[in-house]
Amino acid sequence: MRARLAGWAFLVPLVAYLVGCYAYPLFTNVDLSIRGYTVRSFVHGGAPLVGFANYAGVFGDPTFRTALVNTVLFTLVSLFFQYTIGLAAALFFARGFRLSATLRALFLVPWLLPLIVSASTWAWLLNSESGLVNAALKVVGLGPVNWLTSPDWSLVSVTIANIWIGIPFNLVVLYSGLQNIPREVHEASALDGASGWQTFWHVTFPLLRPVSAITLLLGLVYTLKVFDVIWIMTKGGPSGSSTTLATWSYELGFGNMLPRFGPSAAVGNVLILIAVVAGLLYIRLQRRQELA
Amino acid sequence: MFPAPVPARLLAALGLVVSVAACSSTPATTATPDTFSVWDPYPQFTAESEWVKTIEKCGTEAGVKIQRQAYDTTDLTSKVLLAAQQRTAPQVLVVDNPVVSTLVEAGVLKANSDVGLDAAQVSPNLVAAGTVEGQTYGVPIGANTLALYYNKAVLAAAGVDPASVKDWDSLNAALAKVKAAGKKGITFSAIGTEEGTFQFLPWFWGAGGKLTDLPSGKAALELWKSWLDNGYAPNSVVNNTQTTSWQEFATGEYAFAENGTWQLGNAKKAGFEYGVIPVPGRTGGTAPAPTGGEFVTVPVQDNKDTEAKAGRIASCLTAPDKVLAADTALTYISAVPSVQQQQVSAQADLAVWVEAVKNAKGRTGDNLGTKYPKISQPLWGAVQAALTGAKAPEAALRDAQAAVK
Repeated sequence: MRARLAGWAFLVPLVAYLVGCYAYPLFTNVDLSIRGYTVRSFVHGGAPLVGFANYAGVFGDPTFRTALVNTVLFTLVSLFFQYTIGLAAALFFARGFRLSATLRALFLVPWLLPLIVSASTWAWLLNSESGLVNAALKVVGLGPVNWLTSPDWSLVSVTIANIWIGIPFNLVVLYSGLQNIPREVHEASALDGASGWQTFWHVTFPLLRPVSAITLLLGLVYTLKVFDVIWIMTKGGPSGSSTTLATWSYELGFGNMLPRFGPSAAVGNVLILIAVVAGLLYIRLQRRQELA
Repeated sequence: MFPAPVPARLLAALGLVVSVAACSSTPATTATPDTFSVWDPYPQFTAESEWVKTIEKCGTEAGVKIQRQAYDTTDLTSKVLLAAQQRTAPQVLVVDNPVVSTLVEAGVLKANSDVGLDAAQVSPNLVAAGTVEGQTYGVPIGANTLALYYNKAVLAAAGVDPASVKDWDSLNAALAKVKAAGKKGITFSAIGTEEGTFQFLPWFWGAGGKLTDLPSGKAALELWKSWLDNGYAPNSVVNNTQTTSWQEFATGEYAFAENGTWQLGNAKKAGFEYGVIPVPGRTGGTAPAPTGGEFVTVPVQDNKDTEAKAGRIASCLTAPDKVLAADTALTYISAVPSVQQQQVSAQADLAVWVEAVKNAKGRTGDNLGTKYPKISQPLWGAVQAALTGAKAPEAALRDAQAAVK
């Protein structure tokens, strides 16, 4: 009995933390999204329950389609390149050579920089008038590209910046995953006469699968909610062409002098739902793998 | 991040209990506090600045201590709304003028007549942003607005006399000459935020446009679009804030820049001779530019005595003898005509700005109030859509008008 009580006592801090920092804010966000808040009722209370009206409004808004498509493109393209480039770099560094530790450390720089610094730097590099990228294009005889100010390019630009920021994370996790693959396996495949490519495709890659799955899942959750890079570089513009669900949610709630808390919370919840679905998929995949 | 099926439900239930408990206990302080808090959007002013000393002096006169807190201006609205919800709003709040009507709508601010504040000495066009249904909330501390800065050397090299720029045709002619001389024409900010609308309004109003009928200002959007098409303005304006637009002008390559009173200090440091002309109306005259600048207001408190004392501090902060120091530090034009005269006699080049402020218009005026943010957002969207070529100017404004709810 006593041991039991002690057990519960040890649980209290964790439960209090979870309730205070996760459950309550989540509950508040859901509550915000199903009420018809105005600035007046936000301050004085008494916002009426409106059920799913905020959600219906958000889904019916033409911005929703753009934001959803942009979010999917931004996330998938970012993940694909972050993962492939990260994996290529991890394989490269796994061979171990002189200065490899130093170089690997340099690769981490994008991760260590505050996002405001990296995003502002990218915005400056890609500036259509005075940017370094357009200057470089000119040197090789190409015309300037309106990276941030053309609706056709803005999403590409923020995606490129986001890929650059995400590579180090993939590199680090995949590199440590590679370190955990026993050396004998590679030696065995070499003895069996497998080529480098065959070794990678039939030995390294399958053995790396659990690490890859967690890297991609963490990357997915992280990329879905990317806000700062886009907001700093384009504010979701021009005219909404790089708006994602995350920036739209912010824009609704804080980007205007008249905050619209209800729709903003609704968009936020949609984003959370997408992340939860991805999490559930991961757990399912993992179970299947364990059974297999 | 990873959902745990059963505990999640339990936690949600617990969250419910906690939140109900939090709602039932509202703090009930009825005594007047010894220390009054003052919030302002001037983080650039430190404790040693003239502004903070003035606040403290005004506090002493009202018999209270002052706790001053500076926020970034974009953060202030949500901070105040949250504080008001928790009943911890400051006693005195200095806030950007278009936000006043939102805070009035939220029931956060006291009317001047209730707290002994008086905006009678202030120019009516500047008070308009703080007037809702006949009641005025707060007093402007000063005003800033937009005008055209020009680079004297660039204009001289292109053979343009700045005094010749009187309407849009003469401005276009000047821009054409500048471009022919191999320099860049004009830079401004058309970013997809309130800043973009702020910069567009002088042209919109100068074309006779009305915020209640956005297509009525299509000539202004066609003008901006033609500048991009003709290469008079750089493509970067679509993503320029007023600060990055200023940085472009500061390179010395540009003939004109649309920017605000607050850049005067930087203009002196730019390293080239500059001048300022008002934004011209389409067919001449000075176009009304939007007013910028903050109001000193009194948020609702728990008792009348606190509100009255806060009103005294607010009066003191906006009194003609005190406000000059703050306006000088902010490089604002005073909202009080007599103080404006003092400013011009001390610094003659402010005359053009005083004129611009006299012609300026509050964004939330014309009884728009909280309708303004709902108009402003589609409007900056339309500007961006037209400038990037996604839509024709007129169609963009028509769509924006349809989006105003």
